[in-house]
Amino acid sequence: MPGFEQWTQNGAGRVPKISTTLTMRDHLGACKARWGIDRMNYMVPPGLYAIGAPAPEDPVLVTANYKMSFDEVRRNLAGRNVWLLVLETFGINVWCAAGKGTFGTDELVRRIRLSGLARAVNHRHLILPILGAPGVAAHEVAKQTGFTVRYAAIRAADLPAYLDHGMKTTEAMRELTFTLYERLVLVPVELVTAARQSAVIMAVLGALFAFAGGWQAGLVAMAAYLGAMLAGVAAAPVLLPWLPGRSFAVKGTVIGILWGGAVTLLAHPSPLVTAALFVGLPAVSAFYALNFTGCTTFTSRSGVKKEMRIALPVMGAAVAVSLAMLAVSRLL
Amino acid sequence: MKGFAYLKNVATLELNREKCVGCGRCLEVCPHQVFSLAARTAAIEKKDACMECGACAKNCPVGAIAVDAGVGCASGMINEWLREHNIRGRSGEC
Ligand code: SF4
Ligand code: SF4
Repeated sequence: MPGFEQWTQNGAGRVPKISTTLTMRDHLGACKARWGIDRMNYMVPPGLYAIGAPAPEDPVLVTANYKMSFDEVRRNLAGRNVWLLVLETFGINVWCAAGKGTFGTDELVRRIRLSGLARAVNHRHLILPILGAPGVAAHEVAKQTGFTVRYAAIRAADLPAYLDHGMKTTEAMRELTFTLYERLVLVPVELVTAARQSAVIMAVLGALFAFAGGWQAGLVAMAAYLGAMLAGVAAAPVLLPWLPGRSFAVKGTVIGILWGGAVTLLAHPSPLVTAALFVGLPAVSAFYALNFTGCTTFTSRSGVKKEMRIALPVMGAAVAVSLAMLAVSRLL
Repeated sequence: MKGFAYLKNVATLELNREKCVGCGRCLEVCPHQVFSLAARTAAIEKKDACMECGACAKNCPVGAIAVDAGVGCASGMINEWLREHNIRGRSGEC
């Protein structure tokens, strides 16, 4: 298991003591996981862990068995004596697992029982991440196990301050942020996900255009599509706060139009092809930008539903019109 | 959330103030500061900031809060629609 130092004996039996410093391998693994490589094997065995030399009165923190969550928590608890209860979330982070219900009441209750936590500690308090709350009903956990739940903070980085100040959550610890860095780290895995489907579309587009207008036309078509995809998958998330509108489809359209302009400047197409670019490319960007709502923590399900109901038919129509214009431009 | 705002008037969040016992849990779990508490009763303060995560409804001990929580990403939703209409779709992953 990651960070293992030694076995310790206590009321709960044998509990592994883990280190609070991350190794080169931990960092490398995190980097790989962000690109979606080996993500599914990025798990930590669930159960009870010891950080430092925790006594029965020391606090119990709860996290998911996604290795990056686990690493982030232990790194921030350096120099402390605490218990860490890791739930089986199948390698998914706290926020997504809470949404799916795996970071949830049932698993927490089960893990408290299986780990023998009640024998390891003499108090009955658990400290949970705030983003785990959508899956856990605190009053249910209390009813079933006697352990009361405190939701500490959103970010693991706030845990030291929380523990040092008598377990008080400040307003800032409760408030979500979505910084440039936080947006940036989400992009790689989105790229990898989009790449497979895009490769197929690009191959078809390239073949069609190469057949109709020579290999250069094929290459230009592929590049134009690739750019529109990247505009939606990478540029839209990065530029999110500066793109106009509240709707992600609108934000994606805006950036797609900018890309359409760039392609026009570079490739000097005929007026009809230009029109086709300005109709088709923004639709592609808008689709990928809209997909990014799944990674954000401020878009509501009802909002995304509303956007999709309006945007999907428009995007479909735009792509169809764009292709029709391109076909006509070939015949003229 | 500072600097970010999503669509207005779409959130399905509802609070039954009659039932509320003023425990403050909803304020504790909401990452968007949607609720306020005064005179031992909660109130919805910023409904448009709600991302429908469901944390408040799940943790309210008296069931005073209702919200349509669930998958919020476009591809997950497409898969959900496909399943609803009995068309085979890949399992939704967010
Ligand atoms: S969690 Fe429920 S009972 Fe407690 S303050 Fe909020 S609405 Fe009222
Ligand atoms: S659903 Fe989530 S975001 Fe909306 S009010 Fe409840 S806790 Fe806050």
